Amino acid sequence: MSNGTRKLLQGNASCVHGALYAGMRFFAGYPITPSTEIAEVSSRELPRVGGKFIQMEDEIGSIAAIIGASIAGSKVMTGTSGPGYSLMVENIGYAYMSETPVVVVNVQRGGPSTGLPTKVSQSDTQQARWGPHGDYTAIAIAPSTVEDTLTETIRAFNLAERFRTPVTVLLDEVIGHSRAMVKIPEEGEYEIINRVKATSSPEEFEAFEMTPNLISPMPAYGEGYRYNVSGLTHDTHGFPTNRADEIPIKLNKLRDKIMNYVDEITKLRVEFMDDADIAIISYGSVSRTALQAASIARQAGFKVGCIQLCTIWPFPEKEIKALCENCSKIIVGELNMGQIVEEVRKVISDDKEIHTLQRYDSEILTPMQMLEKLEEVL
Amino acid sequence: MCAKLLDKIEIPVDRYELRLSGSGGQGMIFASVVLSEAIGGTGEKKVVQSQSYGPEARGGASKADVVISANEIFYPKAMKLDFLLAMTQEAVDKYYPDLKDDGMLVVDTALVTEIPTDNYYGIPCTYLAREEAGHAMVANIVALGAICAATGLASMEALTKAVLNRAPKGTEDKNRKALEIGYRELMKLKTEKEAAK
Amino acid sequence: MTTATKPKQKSDVFHQYLRPKKKFPNVWCPGCGIGIVMGAFIRAIDKLGLSKDEVVLVSGIGCSSRFPVYLDFNSLHTTHGRALPFATGVKFSRPDLKVIVITGDGDALAIGGNHFIHACRRNIDITAILINNHIYGMTGGQGSPTTPSEAFSTTTPYGNVEKHFEPCDLAAAAGASYVARGTVYHAVQLEKAITQAIENRGFSLVEAISNCHTYFGRLNRKGDGLAMIQSFKDRAVPVARAGKMSEEELEDKLVIGKLHTTGATEFCDEYQKVIDAHKEK
Repeated sequence: MSNGTRKLLQGNASCVHGALYAGMRFFAGYPITPSTEIAEVSSRELPRVGGKFIQMEDEIGSIAAIIGASIAGSKVMTGTSGPGYSLMVENIGYAYMSETPVVVVNVQRGGPSTGLPTKVSQSDTQQARWGPHGDYTAIAIAPSTVEDTLTETIRAFNLAERFRTPVTVLLDEVIGHSRAMVKIPEEGEYEIINRVKATSSPEEFEAFEMTPNLISPMPAYGEGYRYNVSGLTHDTHGFPTNRADEIPIKLNKLRDKIMNYVDEITKLRVEFMDDADIAIISYGSVSRTALQAASIARQAGFKVGCIQLCTIWPFPEKEIKALCENCSKIIVGELNMGQIVEEVRKVISDDKEIHTLQRYDSEILTPMQMLEKLEEVL
Repeated sequence: MCAKLLDKIEIPVDRYELRLSGSGGQGMIFASVVLSEAIGGTGEKKVVQSQSYGPEARGGASKADVVISANEIFYPKAMKLDFLLAMTQEAVDKYYPDLKDDGMLVVDTALVTEIPTDNYYGIPCTYLAREEAGHAMVANIVALGAICAATGLASMEALTKAVLNRAPKGTEDKNRKALEIGYRELMKLKTEKEAAK
Repeated sequence: MTTATKPKQKSDVFHQYLRPKKKFPNVWCPGCGIGIVMGAFIRAIDKLGLSKDEVVLVSGIGCSSRFPVYLDFNSLHTTHGRALPFATGVKFSRPDLKVIVITGDGDALAIGGNHFIHACRRNIDITAILINNHIYGMTGGQGSPTTPSEAFSTTTPYGNVEKHFEPCDLAAAAGASYVARGTVYHAVQLEKAITQAIENRGFSLVEAISNCHTYFGRLNRKGDGLAMIQSFKDRAVPVARAGKMSEEELEDKLVIGKLHTTGATEFCDEYQKVIDAHKEK
């Protein structure tokens, strides 16, 4: 689809068009409800821009293929849902360790296990932070509408490329399968960030060099820099190391390259919070419920505000603390048994009440449920 | 804030909510998509379409919601329906309670026999599709024509364009005809209703 | 063998491809056959005149998978069993690169078995060199999918009750367009097979029978590395001769040489046709 056109798109298709705008030229995936349309639309659109689509034999192969393609120089994405994400986590860990930019979209459904294939959930929120084993710092973002799925997917690519790291896009079934009119942005309308290329000579090149901002330039295979990429803990040249003095350098890098720039990664949508006494904290499709409920409550004269986490990980600790400073009560709404509320508890002082509104019966929280909760806590 | 909230709230008036319901395979989702395109295509209104269905491709309950507003649509699903299309008995039984008191109900009287209200438009969509338009498959398009006549949410021109844009090649005539039949039948009922008043 | 006549030259070739500053000594046991496969590989690359920049070596986890780290090519040392899908991503993204996977019997056929058959089925232009030592060496001698029935390993202490895979049969059945077997005794033939495999436009498998005297040899009384390599010589039958032998005669033999080829179309080429037909001008 050409730039500037408006079209009714499903959230999953909106995601693909965001990815294409960001420069995605390689997609590998495996069919899984409710994410399958991401693969289908990619398979149709990628050849049209000279890109590549491959349906792999499973999700493990899919994430492996996109990591390989990324190291070979492509901007890459895969799309899946909970069971597939679970299969991918080992290699997502590989992408953390090898500092490979990849975008992984998880259109969440109910779990654990096969769970509820066609039903909405947000129960992979903590998995997006702690999926793979080991220590690393994760970035995960959560679009909330069909329209912002496009722009947030662009942001996911920009973050992945800028920080050389996997970025998880947490969609859910409601967003993935809803449709709305979406405008494909004009060229230049959004900034596109590409990974930093090597400028040193191959002889001087150090694959995982400790640069001032901790982002090492990343040449593609075939460009004359013959470096080693490994999932083993490695030194700044990319070669496996067991040395106690080298190991923390690598692990600190994985954390600091992101946490030093956390302010530029954090993104919130804040509505009705200026004089709010009660704050509703939510993300993904639930933030739409929250906005609806808050706007109804406001009309009825109640001081209710909304904080939407557009970036979920790193958790915006500082911002949540500041925004809730003048609130006496906080409601955390999510489609799980309480995965983000614990993060909120960590940063909110004891003198405030924290209430939870959780739904995990396969349906989205309704504005009425949110209003009833408000009634209860008022 | 001592006064309680729930007594004071009002359902937002800037939303118009439709539900198209039936069983899997009746094309409710397709119809909702086409309707959304016809409405959203003008750029004047925001529209969000969503659906719910079981894992099976055919059979089982199927519903699609379309929410329309001049403003940003916060909650993407229906809260209280302004309009309900029910293409099966199960659908009308299940979703009629979600309809506003002054909401509009359209049922396929070829398949629905027990209707919980007198205030509805009954069109034998499936029968008309088969007998007049040439295939039972286009019953959903007959219903779309009826929705167009009943609500005026989209012009017939925009709707026809949206249907033909998505319909398989070679089915253009059947679809065009189906739309016209639905529109005609509902207009007929509307006129009768007006006259009765 | 011609090694004796031109020792200096061979070794020069070898050193030209080793990573200059890196990380020797290697992880392999003294007498391990993997080094012989590495030598055959280097000679094949040198003979083909490929530039180091256009070669990508991909491996998974295991003794064999350490191989790429030592060589001065683009090297991708991935997770256990997943070398082929990583390689698929590299190759499909950059079809101009020569992608070679170094794998083992556990890596390719157990944890990576599904990827293996699907890479064959796609006939993507990747050469897989499967170093088959019939056991998990790196983790200490556990049974693998190629451990023969009744053989001992640290997880088959009473003898293996399972049947084993024949990687070459598996690859041919799954659609690989070039399949060959060699052994680390037959270094020259192995070099030839690797050369042909890289030249083949499609998925190529070279099974290199190798010795793990440290585990397989010790647990099954096969002797030291030399004895095991000697046994490969004794058991090897060139494919042409094997065609004239009965099944009984071929019992316990290692048929070596080019076993299977097809003229099947290659995955990246076919996809390029899709791009050519549908790319927006």
